[in-house]
Amino acid sequence: MRYEGILAETVRIQGHGGDEIAAYLARPLGPGPFPGVLVVHHMPGWDQATKEITRTFAVHGYNAICPHLHFREGPDASPDDAAAASRAAGGVPDERFLGDAAGAIQALRMLPTSNGKVGVIGYCSGGRQAFLAACSLPVDACVDCYGAFVVGTPPPEMPMKVTPLTDRVQDLRCPVLGLFGQEDKFPSPEQVEELRGLLTTHGKTFEFHSYEGAGHAFFAVDRPSYRPEAAVDGWQRIWAFFGQHLAA
Amino acid sequence: MCTYVTERTSVVGSGKGPEGWFRLSHATVYFDHPFHAPLEHSLNIDFVDEQAGPGKRVAVELSPASARALVACIEAALAAAGPLADGAEGS
Repeated sequence: MRYEGILAETVRIQGHGGDEIAAYLARPLGPGPFPGVLVVHHMPGWDQATKEITRTFAVHGYNAICPHLHFREGPDASPDDAAAASRAAGGVPDERFLGDAAGAIQALRMLPTSNGKVGVIGYCSGGRQAFLAACSLPVDACVDCYGAFVVGTPPPEMPMKVTPLTDRVQDLRCPVLGLFGQEDKFPSPEQVEELRGLLTTHGKTFEFHSYEGAGHAFFAVDRPSYRPEAAVDGWQRIWAFFGQHLAA
Repeated sequence: MCTYVTERTSVVGSGKGPEGWFRLSHATVYFDHPFHAPLEHSLNIDFVDEQAGPGKRVAVELSPASARALVACIEAALAAAGPLADGAEGS
């Protein structure tokens, strides 16, 4: 019989500017060595669904960490209240996100069971942030799940607080797996093709999959946007991709 | 998608949360993924007292049709009140 077990808990890590922030850490029980995965939550916050995703990585043999990106706006508040306060204050600045992500990556690499490799995955706004991390921080693989405004010009009626990452593509440090829904508007199929073109131009290693019948957030099992066929296939792509690029 | 767009206004009034009534300072309005409502996107309103911390919040997540109907109801109620609703801050 193969033994299965994980340990999942909240921990404190050092984030941007030396601030202590909360994170959710899920680890396989066993000697390792295990690769690490930084899980970036979406704008609604450090929610149960994202923590479940973090645990899923641990079940599959990864040390996984999900930092609470809205912690400063509500250290003692419920994550949804902290997310609302963060949004009202203008959202998470890119620089602050990168500092928090760097702290989470360091925490993964310092685990005694780490194999030294770390990947990053993000969903929705977290998809853009995962891509940003892959352009700026020492990670070995990146999965962008329908991140809006990695590329693309925001519509004029949308006063964006975030900027596209078009100018950062040349700095990408690792292979990228992109998982998209063909019925998504942000990113639209045209924006996915624009990103494909940029990655090709800069000679980056990438793999894109766009699913028919799926729109935004097709991985979200707690939302009507959930598309089982796309999500099941997407998870298989993730295991293959991280398995290839995060092996010691 | 996450729209990143947030409308915000200062408000005068009170809201009731799990610990009772509290003063409101602002309302934020945005169209985005809900936290709880079984919708892909919703019109979300947070009534908050920013001085009292993030826990002082009354939140609603409405379908777009519900939100538009609510806007119409608010306008209708204010119109029916006539001059009573025209005073400064309802005084």
